[in-house]
Amino acid sequence: MTHTEISDQKHQERRQRRKRRNVRLLVESLAAPTVAIIVLALWQFGVPLLGLSAFILPTPLQIVERIGTDYRLLLNNTLVTLVETLAGFAIAAVGGVITAFAIFYSRLFERAVYPLLVAMQTIPKVALAPLLVLYLGYDFAPKCFLAFLLAYFPVVIATVVGLKALDKGMVDLVRSMGANEWQTFIKIRLPAALPNIFGGLKVAVSLAVIGAVIGEYVAAERGLGYLQLQASSQFDTTLSFASLIIIAAIGVVTFWAIELVERRAVFQREAAK
Amino acid sequence: MNALVGATRKLKGVDVAITNLTKIYQTRDGNDLRALDPVSIAITPGQFVAIVGPSGCGKSTLLSLVAGISPRTSGTILIDGQEVRRPHPKVGVVFQTDLLLYWRTVIDNILLPIEIKGWDRTRYTARADDLLAQVGLGGFAQKFPSELSGGMRQRVAICRALVQEPGLLLMDEPFGALDALTREQMISDLQTMWLSVKNTVMFITHSIEEAVFLADRVLVMSPRPGRIDIDLHIQIERPRSWKSRLESKFVEYMTQIHEIFEARGVLTNS
Ligand SMILES: Nc1ncnc2c1ncn2[C@@H]1O[C@H](COP(=O)(O)OP(=O)(O)O)[C@@H](O)[C@H]1O
Ligand SMILES: [Mg+2]
Repeated sequence: MTHTEISDQKHQERRQRRKRRNVRLLVESLAAPTVAIIVLALWQFGVPLLGLSAFILPTPLQIVERIGTDYRLLLNNTLVTLVETLAGFAIAAVGGVITAFAIFYSRLFERAVYPLLVAMQTIPKVALAPLLVLYLGYDFAPKCFLAFLLAYFPVVIATVVGLKALDKGMVDLVRSMGANEWQTFIKIRLPAALPNIFGGLKVAVSLAVIGAVIGEYVAAERGLGYLQLQASSQFDTTLSFASLIIIAAIGVVTFWAIELVERRAVFQREAAK
Repeated sequence: MNALVGATRKLKGVDVAITNLTKIYQTRDGNDLRALDPVSIAITPGQFVAIVGPSGCGKSTLLSLVAGISPRTSGTILIDGQEVRRPHPKVGVVFQTDLLLYWRTVIDNILLPIEIKGWDRTRYTARADDLLAQVGLGGFAQKFPSELSGGMRQRVAICRALVQEPGLLLMDEPFGALDALTREQMISDLQTMWLSVKNTVMFITHSIEEAVFLADRVLVMSPRPGRIDIDLHIQIERPRSWKSRLESKFVEYMTQIHEIFEARGVLTNS
């Protein structure tokens, strides 16, 4: 074979390999939507077959239709819940990371605070909701606080675990270069802990949504939790489902948003392979 | 992978004077663990000293004391007449594992000590590129560690230790984690590299052969608590090649060290 023939053949092989990979990626990316469509279709066609009324179980199309007609109502309440969630989450993220740093650097602080944090974690925080209403009122504060309360712990734990997981050899390495503790932190500890921190943040944001909605269940005049409860009490199951779906959507979208930031901020170990 | 010589300029080796150095660790159960019995070593500038000893005899301990990353119990360490109280700016360290930061490119890993010392990055980038070329990793500056083999990664770690132009290079079993063939190549390349810079080196290993091949002097340590059992001057011409291993002098040195280990019960003949 001549040189050009060999390189031609190589080209073709590479092209085929790329094609096969593209097909695989396409199949993979279609997997989740396909499953979703099947489930929705079963739901859509199963409901009339079983003779269920919309009052028991509305069909997906009915729900979508309802979201369309009541979008103003839903949007207003969505904004309320979203703000509560994000505020609670932001405080939990900043506070949680700072707490974790303090736990990591101070043995005394760890001894004093860690057991309390763990103990607090065993209290069913949902059960605190009625008390929070008593102390913080009916408005924004108790929802935001509940969102914070649920989101805080996972951030602390994930960050502490991330900081502690660092190979001691790494610390010796930068010490041998003459690094002080601040440099060690910035160059090694923080970047090495970032994947864990983001893992914690992703768990936390989902919990923050739950916290906000539970706060609204207990006492509220606004928000998706409130709307859903109202709808249920009026036997408006379709609106109840519509609210539920938007609550879920908030969870998904905020999760994605964090993942997006993570992709920019954190080096992906796999990406380089 | 043939190493190019000459891209790097000669370094001024430092002298090292260790006197009556001891280290006692406090173990978890509150007992004392004597890792180093009084150790005294004097190294002249530009000498390549290998330290051989059985596992756990205190080799890494000795190295971390000289590197200034762990406090000594008693004794003195002088580098160029200066007492070591904190990491000395003229010292570069290579550890057993490469300890590359996976989120940094090869070039950024090599320049880490420069960043930490607050030196001018641009001035040292050219030197880092030279070093990379010298260890046969010319086109790899922008790669990430995960794209390199174990041997390549350790080469990068060596570049990282050399970029700051250290008068003293400390190496703690740098090739211990590599396969035999890679290791052989690395030993040969290290010699070439060192011949071009000629700084002072303390090279820790548990391989007798590696020590004799590389060093001007081999110090043999006793089992814990570590002491220097014997100080052997290796008089074999450089550059040494695999053929040097067949020379009678080479075999004699190895035999001598073997016999010490046998006498100490580190190695037994069954
Ligand atoms: N940080 C430490 N705390 C307690 N004991 C240690 C510590 N580091 C090393 N040792 C002990 O000191 C002895 C010498 O260890 P080391 O210097 O690592 O040996 P080597 O490098 O020769 O294998 C070993 O018995 C080890 O268990
Ligand atoms: Mg060791």
